[in-house]
Amino acid sequence: MTVAITGQVWLGDRPLLRQLDLQLRPGWTCLLGASGAGKSTLLRLLAGLPVAARLEGARQAPDRIGWMAQADLLQPRLSVLGNLRLMARLRGEPLPRPRAEALLEAVGLAGRGTDRPEALSGGERQRLALARVLADDAALVALDEPFSALDAPTRAAMQDLAAACLAGKTVVMVTHDPTEALRLGDRVLLLQDALLHELPPLPGPRPVPLADPGLAQAAAGLLARMRRP
Amino acid sequence: MSARIWPVLAIFALWQAVCAAALVPAFVLPPPLRVFETLWQERGLIGQHALTTLAETGAGLALGIGLGITLALAMSLAPRLQRLIGPVLAGAQALPVFVLAPVLVLWLGYGLGPKVAMVALLVVFPVASGLHDGLCATPAPVLDLARIARASRLRTLLWLRLPHALPQGAAGLRIAVTYAPTGAVIGEWVGASQGLGYLMLMANARMRIDLMFAALLVILALTLLLNRLTDRALARAGL
Repeated sequence: MTVAITGQVWLGDRPLLRQLDLQLRPGWTCLLGASGAGKSTLLRLLAGLPVAARLEGARQAPDRIGWMAQADLLQPRLSVLGNLRLMARLRGEPLPRPRAEALLEAVGLAGRGTDRPEALSGGERQRLALARVLADDAALVALDEPFSALDAPTRAAMQDLAAACLAGKTVVMVTHDPTEALRLGDRVLLLQDALLHELPPLPGPRPVPLADPGLAQAAAGLLARMRRP
Repeated sequence: MSARIWPVLAIFALWQAVCAAALVPAFVLPPPLRVFETLWQERGLIGQHALTTLAETGAGLALGIGLGITLALAMSLAPRLQRLIGPVLAGAQALPVFVLAPVLVLWLGYGLGPKVAMVALLVVFPVASGLHDGLCATPAPVLDLARIARASRLRTLLWLRLPHALPQGAAGLRIAVTYAPTGAVIGEWVGASQGLGYLMLMANARMRIDLMFAALLVILALTLLLNRLTDRALARAGL
């Protein structure tokens, strides 16, 4: 499977991304950048979703993609199980009961299948959204700031869970949080001045423990670079 | 319930006082107690005509709601159809349906037909446009899911658009139900031998103003009852 995007991205007559030549490898690639830098646009282009910008170049991606956005996109009229099955229903595929139950258990929602989304906490809703991505079983998973609306402890727990559940897949995640990018990213790319800059990843396994002093130091350095006027 | 009964009682009390003070003659505005008396005495006659109006309203509602939902879904599935039907629906709303009543009687005769058609015509627009507006208003991030899944138009409609459109569809339905009995009564005014509208005309011609007001009260009660039933059914469906 090749996931690649090359060329230039234009927003009207303004270049949003220049000299774009990104090829994704298995593992986590984190796209970091300030608001409006174009990181979400790049992710949506990769995922084949409509954008206001125009790609002048080529995109190569598998047909089957997992997608998780900042909003959990749970459907209020469906049960937890119904929401888990939603993508399968949209694809016209079955999602057998035992597999659905196993997925709920994997994200810590065992026995909650008949609950309504409104009965779930913010963290639980994002767990369900993650389970829905897992149910899709796509080799490429695109995440658009999936944890940015969560409180700090829940976010750290979700990062650990996502890293464990999505191991072995090609994951591309957009985030504006340097710590999150460094914790999870096998590759960290900073989008700045319409260019993608590859940053040195932290050593050691993923997710990098929050207590790692190197993480805080690298995040501070990265934040300083992002704030550079 | 008890809190809501007081304003109603106050209106009746005021009405009774106006009549008792002889501010208006009884052949213009009969006192409410007299109207209630007539309502009781003529209960057989009124009930029989009310059943006719109720049947027309029910059949028209079923037809109009079914047609409205079908139109909304069809327009959502086939954008070409929407370009075709959309303006017709909007135009139909610009034309007061009541002016069609004589035409409907001409085409469909004096029986149930023109009344059912009248109710259906009144109902179809709010249902179709409410539901269709809702179907068009699905949030873009939700539709991203359909694109990711490469879902067909039908699956997108069933699993994403329709559930999101239900509240707006329900709003259209509430409006439609309020119009429905009025449609039946107007149909009866134009040409009928049964129904509360016919009873009102007949009572008016015979100077039975009390009977006319009694029929009016029954129409009001019928409309309120239909509203109430609709609200309950929709609330049960979580809308």
